[in-house]
Amino acid sequence: MDVEVLARIQFALTIMFHYIYPPLSIGLSLLLVIIEGLYLKTKNPLYKETAKFWTKVFALTFAIGVATGIVMEFEFGTNWATYSKYVGDVFGSALAAEGVFAFFLESGFLALLLFGWDRVSPRLHYFSTVMVCLGAHFSAIWIVVANSWMQTPAGYQIVGEGLKAKAQIIDFWAMVFNPSSVDRLLHVTLGAWLAGAFLMISVASYYLLKKEHVDFAKISLKVSLWVASITLCLQLISGDSSARGVAKNQPAKLAAIEGIYETQKGASLSFFGIPNSKTKRIDYELSIPKVLSYLIGYDFNIEVQGLDQIPEKDWPNVSVVFQTYHLMIVMWALMVVASCLAIFNWWRGTLFEKKWVLRYLVLSVLFPQIANQAGWVTAEMGRYPWIVQDLLRISDGLSKSVTAQQVLGSIILFTIVYSMLFVLFIYLLHQKFKQGPVDVEHLTPYHQQLVAIEEATHEYQPR
Amino acid sequence: MNINLDNLQLIWFVVVILLLAGYSILDGFDLGVGMLHLFSKKDVERRMMLNSIGPVWDGNEVWLVTAGGALFAGFPIAYATFCSSFYVPIMILLSGLIFRAVAIEFRSKRPMAWWRWTWDLLFSLASLIIAFALGIGIGNLIRGIPLDANQEFIGDFSSLIDVYSLSIGVMTVALFLMHGAIYILMKTEGELHDKMRHWVNPAIILFIMCYAITTVATLIYQPHMAEAIRERPLFFLVALVNMLAIANIPREIQRQRDDLAFASSCCNIFSLLTIYAIGTFPNLIRANNDPQNLSITIYNGSSSAMTLEILLLIALIGIPLVLSYTFTIYWIFHGKVRLESTSY
Repeated sequence: MDVEVLARIQFALTIMFHYIYPPLSIGLSLLLVIIEGLYLKTKNPLYKETAKFWTKVFALTFAIGVATGIVMEFEFGTNWATYSKYVGDVFGSALAAEGVFAFFLESGFLALLLFGWDRVSPRLHYFSTVMVCLGAHFSAIWIVVANSWMQTPAGYQIVGEGLKAKAQIIDFWAMVFNPSSVDRLLHVTLGAWLAGAFLMISVASYYLLKKEHVDFAKISLKVSLWVASITLCLQLISGDSSARGVAKNQPAKLAAIEGIYETQKGASLSFFGIPNSKTKRIDYELSIPKVLSYLIGYDFNIEVQGLDQIPEKDWPNVSVVFQTYHLMIVMWALMVVASCLAIFNWWRGTLFEKKWVLRYLVLSVLFPQIANQAGWVTAEMGRYPWIVQDLLRISDGLSKSVTAQQVLGSIILFTIVYSMLFVLFIYLLHQKFKQGPVDVEHLTPYHQQLVAIEEATHEYQPR
Repeated sequence: MNINLDNLQLIWFVVVILLLAGYSILDGFDLGVGMLHLFSKKDVERRMMLNSIGPVWDGNEVWLVTAGGALFAGFPIAYATFCSSFYVPIMILLSGLIFRAVAIEFRSKRPMAWWRWTWDLLFSLASLIIAFALGIGIGNLIRGIPLDANQEFIGDFSSLIDVYSLSIGVMTVALFLMHGAIYILMKTEGELHDKMRHWVNPAIILFIMCYAITTVATLIYQPHMAEAIRERPLFFLVALVNMLAIANIPREIQRQRDDLAFASSCCNIFSLLTIYAIGTFPNLIRANNDPQNLSITIYNGSSSAMTLEILLLIALIGIPLVLSYTFTIYWIFHGKVRLESTSY
């Protein structure tokens, strides 16, 4: 395989694995702010216990998020050196801002969040929680701004030619508020909230199903269900607005998303189908006529640009973009079903008895994760063949001095390390959930016991 | 702001070096503690060491992330060429960083002895590898790598490995080992503290030996480093400060003033980085096949004046904030480490 394919595989692998974690920490950080806020307001110790438990889960997701995130930062340079030179002037300032404003804030106050429960006042602790939450959100802002610039470049000029060509910033705020950044930032943030909220919903439902830690579970479920329900409504609005932005700014991507091969008026909105790029039509299509046109321009007869506007060699992989996009929507629908079922049954007072609903809620943790991944695949593969839309091709962004063996070697390395990490993450999370929140208090004597035993024997005896 | 491009480039170079120095001073002791971790066989002592860096190591690592971001933003050409030419060492460094992070996070999560031993081993090895890889990187930047007219790397992995860069790698390991030992000395009390007092002297001796060897090697094999200082004699002061700081470390240890010994060690690291910066200036990546024409300098490898101005503004707003809460957090967790319910 050539360097281009390998480098793309590697980027996909490392970014998709990385992207399991930051949405969880962003979402959980918001929920922690709410739960700890409720504790400060009501002084109910159950809220504190809940916050403490979720802080530990947050720390686990944060640690892996940071570890896998550093890989991303350097991968731009290792595998995509020409791209880095091309975009450095623009992309770099967003990345530097992320380091200075977001990461320091997040990691600094995380120390107080994790280790400060007994050292600082509850108010200062709450302040740290809010700062960690802010930091987590800031990091989303800058990286999404940078990525959005790659989708819809603005505020730049091109200087130099050939290998020396690069984008140069001429208007910082135009770069930051490029046509897609606000839409995409909201969409990504809401997706992250859903990831955090549904993790909490899932774990709480697991306890309710097992009838363990019921009080804790009810608190977690109440807060996360609120957040999830509101976010799901907002996500509908945000998704609609994002899609309209794509139609306007990246028509080729929209054509791939909806499988529009021919430019047409009154395009239909498809729910299901298998795009067939040979016959240039959607097989087994299930769609409503004219609705796509309406959604894009509030007019049933507006013209929608098809793939026929661009040369066929520059087409994105229509099957993948089409299917991942629709998968994301299906996941959203499944989440809506989950939260409606939960709210309805809770209101009726039957939620805690209805095992099948609780089981469905336990499973629901996967929906936002799949939706987030699928959505990003749509966004990134829909930009093909461009690494920076209409400016730089993916094939032109590679490192000139890197060989296929090097990339292949590092893919193998990351595959091994990440598989191991993932198994351990699930294992530790499972142990944490099995142990439950009540043991948060029991953990103290346990840790102290361990210390006491070892101090008594003065000998650590490995088996 | 009306600063001309040359000055902006110089300022941003200083910022990158400061970030690197901040990283080496702060994460340096984390790495040292990591390398020393296995020397103690008792779980409770290992936990003491781990928790002495517990609340801060994560924030310390951010200095490296930000230094990388600052290099990318201010000197994209240097960043791109650096990362793509140091492909293998960077992959090794990254796996080291991943393993260290998860080892710290995972180790105390399960009580089984084998579980803890495995993560302890990985924690220690990862710290060693990170320190060594960083040293090799710096060594190669001093020595230079072969570049072509497009500022692309034209060597292979073997052109990154030579005795000089390996010796800088070993010196970096010794430097952080000493720095970490002094840090533990400062942060602990009781049995571990007494034990560390015995370990710290060999660590200092090891570093001074490495320091002497690499200094001589640099003077002989990398004359451009000495030349840069000879051209600006004022910079001899930095070398002098460096040597005084090193000499002061055993003196303060002898007097049991561990905080001052630690301050000297920080000063040592800072002046070493300063010497590196002066010696390599204005090169970011020296082309050892044709240093005059092919090197990537702060002038031919930088972003535009506008970006550098924006970056400067970001730094001026951000860095005071960063420093203020970094100090606050170190102050809250100051004093001898104790194991609590929230500890690792």
